[in-house]
Amino acid sequence: MDPVVLFFLLGLIARIAKSDLRLPESLYDALAIYLLLAIGLKGGVQLAQQPLATVLPQALAAIALGACIPLLAFPILRLKLARADAASIAAHYGSVSVVTFAVATSFLAAQSVATESYMPLIVALMEAPGIVVGIVLARTGSAQRIAWGALAHEVLFGKSVLLLLGGLAIGALIGPEGMEPIAPLFTDLFKGVLALFLLEMGLVAGGQIGDLKRAGPFLTAFGVGAPLAFGLLGALVGHLLGLSVGGAAVLAALAASASYIAAPTAMRIAVPEANPALSIGVALGVTFPFNLFVGIPVYLHYARWFGGS
Amino acid sequence: MQTHDRKMLVIIGEAALEKSLVRDARSFGAHGYTIADVRGGGERGDREARWEADRSIEMKMICDAAVAEKLAQHVLASYAPNYALTLFTADVGVFRPQKF
Repeated sequence: MDPVVLFFLLGLIARIAKSDLRLPESLYDALAIYLLLAIGLKGGVQLAQQPLATVLPQALAAIALGACIPLLAFPILRLKLARADAASIAAHYGSVSVVTFAVATSFLAAQSVATESYMPLIVALMEAPGIVVGIVLARTGSAQRIAWGALAHEVLFGKSVLLLLGGLAIGALIGPEGMEPIAPLFTDLFKGVLALFLLEMGLVAGGQIGDLKRAGPFLTAFGVGAPLAFGLLGALVGHLLGLSVGGAAVLAALAASASYIAAPTAMRIAVPEANPALSIGVALGVTFPFNLFVGIPVYLHYARWFGGS
Repeated sequence: MQTHDRKMLVIIGEAALEKSLVRDARSFGAHGYTIADVRGGGERGDREARWEADRSIEMKMICDAAVAEKLAQHVLASYAPNYALTLFTADVGVFRPQKF
């Protein structure tokens, strides 16, 4: 098993056992900033060497995929939930989890499965569309106006998109030679930092279990069923776009993942009547651990299945 | 040393509200504010400040009673229905009245 997953498990156990373990808030922030920048930089260095004609259609398809997922999730969630809650949860699933991406990439590397190295661009592009669609779903038929200006600022200049795109741009500008002097920090230490971050994620996810019990079996089932279905869709789209098996598996993991950095903040501002305990409970308490332990290997199977290998 | 009567309005709420609260405070005539990151719990659970969506702030403003009341009414009407929020005022004495 991937060591980072075991760190997550340690955090989860610590939280469930009510340990006093607590990572300083500023360390969590620093680790998140590091991971976002490191992922962006690595992708940027590779992106500069790709022809635009290859990347552009894949980028556009990823945006469309991110926008479609909430439209598929929303009617299912509406069976049991109020409009605002269904739309908010749909937005979380439309957006992506950068840490799920990092774990998927490291899992594939350990399995010696190659991936397109510019996938971080796809991560950055898939952060926002799902959130926008979720907000529109929440506000359809309501008299409340959407403050698009404030929202665009929140999503585009929020730390996750800013650091991913910023890292991509810096990586593309400096190229492999420019990356060399900063590689000891941003490349060599990456896996260790990811492990530490997952320890904290385990502590956070363990804290969602109470909310989840209140949310009930419908949402728990959704938290497992949705990633399996959206992962299948992601793998299919990846295959149709001509991505490698590894690339299609990563796209599947992105489609299957639920955001917990960009989406909760944006939804809290744009759809305040949605109960955050439901969306965060299912995204972090069910889908994130499910993807870590079960989902990611399944998405590689999907990709291999479509790829015919 | 002589002091002058003012109200201190304290708002404890979700960190997501920070930008809106600062904007409101300015527009209702508060001259300044202080914000600190805090954590705590209430009837509907704990907010432990472990990560982005779990953060809370405490915002303090010292202003005259009329401003404090109007601002408190606005904050309660706009945010209390949907956000975790606690508000209270206290009588304080300031040394430099022109600042508040």
